[in-house]
Amino acid sequence: MTSWFALLPALQTYDGSQTAPLFPPSASTVSGEVDALYAFLVGVSIFFSVLIFALVIGFTVRFRRRPGVHATPIEGSLPLELLWTLVPLAIAMVIFVWGAKVYFRTVRAPSDAMQIDVTGKQWMWKMQHPTGQREINDLHVPVGVPVKLRMISEDVIHSFYVPAFRIKRDVVPGRYSTTWFEATQPGEYHLFCAEYCGTKHSQMIGRVFALDPVEYQAWLAGAGAAETPREAGAKLFTSLRCDTCHNSQSGARGPDLAGRWGGKSVLRGGGSATFDADHVRESILNPGAKLALGYEPLMPSYSGQVGEEQLLALIAYIESLAAPQGAKEKP
Amino acid sequence: MSAAGPIPGPIPAPSPALGRASRENYLTADYSWRSWLLTVDHKRIGILYLLSVTGFFFLGGLFAVLLRLELATPQGDLVQAETYNKLFTMHGLVMIFFFLVPSIPGVLGNFFVPIMIGAKDMAFPRLNLLSWYVYMIGGLVSFLAIVMGGVDTGWTFYAPYSSTYANSNVALTAVGVFITGFSSILTGLNIIVTVHKMRAPGMTWFRMPLFVWAHYATSLIMILGTPVLAITILLLALERLFHIGIFDPKLGGDPVLFQHLFWFYSHPAVYIMILPAMGVISELVAAFSRKRIFGYSFVAFSSLAIAVLGFLVWGHHMFLSGQSVYAGVVFSVLSFLVAIPSAVKVFNWAATLYKGSVLLSTPMMYVLGFLGLFTIGGLTGLFLACLGLDVHVHDTYFVVAHFHYIMVGGAVMAFLGGLHYWWPKMFGRMYPEALGKFSAVVVFIGFNLTFFPQFLLGYLGMPRRYHAYPEEFGVLNVLSSAGASILGIGYLLPMVYLIWSLRYGPAAVQNPWGAKGLEWEKAPTPPPTFNFDATPVVTQEAYAYADDLPAEPTRPEASYV
Repeated sequence: MTSWFALLPALQTYDGSQTAPLFPPSASTVSGEVDALYAFLVGVSIFFSVLIFALVIGFTVRFRRRPGVHATPIEGSLPLELLWTLVPLAIAMVIFVWGAKVYFRTVRAPSDAMQIDVTGKQWMWKMQHPTGQREINDLHVPVGVPVKLRMISEDVIHSFYVPAFRIKRDVVPGRYSTTWFEATQPGEYHLFCAEYCGTKHSQMIGRVFALDPVEYQAWLAGAGAAETPREAGAKLFTSLRCDTCHNSQSGARGPDLAGRWGGKSVLRGGGSATFDADHVRESILNPGAKLALGYEPLMPSYSGQVGEEQLLALIAYIESLAAPQGAKEKP
Repeated sequence: MSAAGPIPGPIPAPSPALGRASRENYLTADYSWRSWLLTVDHKRIGILYLLSVTGFFFLGGLFAVLLRLELATPQGDLVQAETYNKLFTMHGLVMIFFFLVPSIPGVLGNFFVPIMIGAKDMAFPRLNLLSWYVYMIGGLVSFLAIVMGGVDTGWTFYAPYSSTYANSNVALTAVGVFITGFSSILTGLNIIVTVHKMRAPGMTWFRMPLFVWAHYATSLIMILGTPVLAITILLLALERLFHIGIFDPKLGGDPVLFQHLFWFYSHPAVYIMILPAMGVISELVAAFSRKRIFGYSFVAFSSLAIAVLGFLVWGHHMFLSGQSVYAGVVFSVLSFLVAIPSAVKVFNWAATLYKGSVLLSTPMMYVLGFLGLFTIGGLTGLFLACLGLDVHVHDTYFVVAHFHYIMVGGAVMAFLGGLHYWWPKMFGRMYPEALGKFSAVVVFIGFNLTFFPQFLLGYLGMPRRYHAYPEEFGVLNVLSSAGASILGIGYLLPMVYLIWSLRYGPAAVQNPWGAKGLEWEKAPTPPPTFNFDATPVVTQEAYAYADDLPAEPTRPEASYV
């Protein structure tokens, strides 16, 4: 898919010693598709630009003012108006549909994706692997494995951007956003913050290392075994005394959380909410917002007591309760 | 129909061959400061706008020069990161709110919309003056914020950075922008009422020049969109000053809500900036090809289509910000639709040249520049409307290049073209034609060298608003900075020779281009205070070049006195 892009001309630099390429490295399963879409749009743009330039310059020269020669009055032409309305419209719709298809690919992560938690703050990226290893500004990922990022900001809006993977997603405070990629080429790639976030915005950069799966395992081993988010979440669930109310005993003061993940939560006062990361996060910080049917508003807010990384750990734990056999966890 | 009555006051005998020396005009009516600062003459108010937007343009340009100097090297070495952030913020704020939005409507629209429809002034002359004062107060408040240390939020003021985290003069700047918005609303209101109520006898809607149509459409956006900007700024101020939670999640707010509100104004504002430019291009293309605009009604209605559709596409700024995927799809398809009326205009302008009698004068050089650059700007807009591609190029230099092709390559080119075209009418003097053409070429070359490399940088992944960047982006940034220095010269030249021409330029006759339109055919040069010696009666459609006489001048020099 990507090979023929190499044939496109590259810019020669001023000293001729190196070339400045026109494409960033292509290193994910979608980057080829995005490049193809880009190439098509560049083609469309060149066609219409050349057409307009040729018409305008050609007419300006051909019909330049000369003594005794007068303009020929022309009112307009309905067929021409229809032509240059409908043809661009048709081309635009082709681009729209194609673009939407590629977009859906970048939005929907495969269900078997390995999940990495990303927390952005002024001005650094904090990552945690499902096996517990933590990194700052660097991210090591295996080639050939879909990786899903669950991201949140501790302060202002940031944006997680890896040009080589052609992915970008805003990292917003107060809600989770997700993106995913599957690296195809081992290598070291730029990680940029793409949403202006204050003084050191241009220093909020890092590196993504795509490694062969074997090397990735070696890296994991060398990075030091730590508590997994799920284990940390399980401890928090006890230490914060969540379990005193959220348990399976009859007459519990809070709903049992086992097996709830991904389902619908029926709310007191009508309506329902999807039982997902955002719902769990909101219910911890602002328990009264979406109260489950059949329960009294007894739970205190944990706002200010748990940070974003602890929330991610609690969510990882509650998510793991969905499947008691623990099949969800995939390294 | 108050303009239908006879114009009061003595009517001097017309002497079309001689310019300002022979009779009183709006410039010579009174020379006192008071007569300028308290004028209710739409032409004088247009001149006041010209002086102020020029000042803000060069202030914004100075910020741009400093930005490009910093970006000439990958390291952040010329200014500190904080200063750099303030520079790009103030460059955007000044250029958008204090130059682009008021430039064409405030200067050329103010001066020529009443004359083009045969009115002796705007419908509300005092409101017109108030609108300039409101603009200046807003501008000075923002300028004060700059002098007191500046603001570093980006012109987009995204919350919660602007409301909670920024340590710069956000509130004062926001007050300046808030105030200036009212100037926009007043101007829009005035133009709408003027077009409805002040047209001369016989000036039907479909006899109006397309410049007037474009200003009418622009004014609709101004009065419908600008209040939303005011609301947004007010909410931002409430959160910043009183910690009322609206946008910051820590206070219970929603940061994406800010983006919805902000872009609900700021995307239509793009059309506030480009629609009047399109109106200018229509006038210039007709005048210099001596033909009626091809498909007049399609061009007129495409302005209204842009004004309406422009309100429905704001979400294309937020494909990655957390709005729903389905909202993204709807905003994407609508964004493709809004591109179509612009394409229709470009094709109609090109078709107008066919079998015309095309004179490549300075204004026409700017038209050619506009058509080329606006075409590229418009086509690259499709890249950004396209969901799958926007994910990669959003918030990179690709976006920066795209909107500069529209705003600078489009709006500023049209402003300069229009300024040259109407300069003889406004001041009774011809500008130096050869120098004018030379400057237009310098601007075109400088512009492309500055901004084309930024498309390539964007696709390579260079994010916007970066004070320092990886080495590999160096070459293209050097090209861009080099282009900016050429572009700067291209903008300084017209300022110098246009001022020079006020004193030394050859006197202009009433209609140096042999153009159609009431401002050329009926209004003396420069126009008297009430524009016409007698209320014109319109019997023809706009651009009625069909009845051309063989005696029309073929070169503008031929009409120099």
